[in-house]
Amino acid sequence: MEDKRLNSTIGTLKLKNPLLTASGTFGFGTEYEDFLDLNSLGGFIVKGTTGEKREGNPYPRLAETPSGMINAVGLQNKGVEYFCKNIYPQIKGKNPNIIVNVSGSSIEEYCKVASMINDLETIPAIELNISCPNVKKGGMGFGVNKDMAAEVVTEVRKVYKKHLIVKLTPNVTNIIEIAQAVEKAGADSLSLINTVLAMAVDAEKQKPLISTITGGLSGPAIKPIALRCVWQVSHNVNIPVIGIGGIMNARDVVEFMLVGASAVEIGTANFVNPSVCTQVINDLSDYCDRHKLNNITELIGKI
Amino acid sequence: MKYQRELVVLRKENLNPACFLLELKSTDSLCEILPGQFVNILVKDVAERLLRRPISIHDVDYNANTISVVVQKIGLATEKLSLINESDKLDVVFPLGNSFPTEEKRPLLVGGGVGTAPLYYLAKTYYNKGIKPAVLIGARTKDQLFLIDKYKTVADVFISTEDGSVGEKGLVTANSVMNESFSAILTCGPTPMMKAVANMAQERQISCFVSLENRMACGIGACLCCVTETKSEGNVCVCTKGAVFRANEIKW
Repeated sequence: MEDKRLNSTIGTLKLKNPLLTASGTFGFGTEYEDFLDLNSLGGFIVKGTTGEKREGNPYPRLAETPSGMINAVGLQNKGVEYFCKNIYPQIKGKNPNIIVNVSGSSIEEYCKVASMINDLETIPAIELNISCPNVKKGGMGFGVNKDMAAEVVTEVRKVYKKHLIVKLTPNVTNIIEIAQAVEKAGADSLSLINTVLAMAVDAEKQKPLISTITGGLSGPAIKPIALRCVWQVSHNVNIPVIGIGGIMNARDVVEFMLVGASAVEIGTANFVNPSVCTQVINDLSDYCDRHKLNNITELIGKI
Repeated sequence: MKYQRELVVLRKENLNPACFLLELKSTDSLCEILPGQFVNILVKDVAERLLRRPISIHDVDYNANTISVVVQKIGLATEKLSLINESDKLDVVFPLGNSFPTEEKRPLLVGGGVGTAPLYYLAKTYYNKGIKPAVLIGARTKDQLFLIDKYKTVADVFISTEDGSVGEKGLVTANSVMNESFSAILTCGPTPMMKAVANMAQERQISCFVSLENRMACGIGACLCCVTETKSEGNVCVCTKGAVFRANEIKW
């Protein structure tokens, strides 16, 4: 049964609880239906969608590292038209907050995808991915420069009329500066962090472990970095922040909310335990009991 | 339907210095499990290995509600798993992946190393349909073979060892049974072995199916890490479109 104490908001978005699932770790949601009720989540964010079909990077795309993993999938997807025609009809209605992660290599591509998703009735928000480290052109290129970040957000804002989340990369000198530029350009909320640029090497074979040499590190290894970024950003912008980075359990969710997150995204943990979100939701209720909270949102920004 | 369940280690058996067998019992009855499918086992508390370990299914006993797997100690997580005791519990996601073909009239099953493990359940499936398959097992040396007598209960078994310590000396592709006629070759083992077997099959115009074991994060088609490049569909997930593929469909 729904625990009203977990009800949360991200600006105009109303969530049953502060849990979203991170893009790229949750497929299109249906992959997880055998393991949890999609409608029990605050929302879910589907795999990054681009203007045209992308094959992604060559295998191997994955390396395990201490308390984490490095991936270099490279936005493999069938393109926005395929999504609208074939995926959307299958998933619509499975949760009130199905969010599409929008990616691209050019401002035109971001705008094309955003405007097509804008027409999908039951998608209340997009997450603009200006922070993917695994594509050669675009992606993180936009997210590491405040002027380019502001420009892509400004243009997408013109064609996208619903809730616009912008996903930030930690691979920058000053994340506050980027966050403020994106806020000014019209973002409704921010999600952070995307993966940390990293690499792994096989000492025996004397070769990199993934085909692209570098990739994006996720998992508990990046949680301290993510907490720092969320704390810095949430205290320097006036829009909601969604915390992402190595969340494995309810305690981690609480930590992110304490440093200023209004909601969180669970990513790598879905791979380790496909029903992890159910566990986290239950444990958040226990936390509310133990700390006598009327609402989980009381935690936001206490630190 | 896929399940995530706590399974109890009913039996653990060391098969050779590198491999051990776990028979895992489910308290609830098992769904249908197909030969070639795999389980994804969570090995807890290994800081350097966060993800589950995908392990092929060696045998299924629907009466006892058990799934058996053969695990090779090849890294930190499998070393840790080898320390598990009988009656301990494991968090297991299953069954994952597709199936080897089970309608062949005269199949040859070719296994190398620990890749031989899933061929037992495949051979048993054929045997229970009234077809006794040929199973060709390859290893470097006698000590690496396991459960040969068990395979002999459901199949005609042929062995190749590189050092000639048992069976014919040499690689599986040189084994005399390869000269007989078969409707299909179904293989699981090291990639170079499967490639060589697939090439022989192609030359003889026999259909060939291979089971891949690409590195994966989720096992359920979400992470898109375990892809293999195919001729008709580009990059596809080994965990959901495989692990069994027609050999002539993949680019390798």
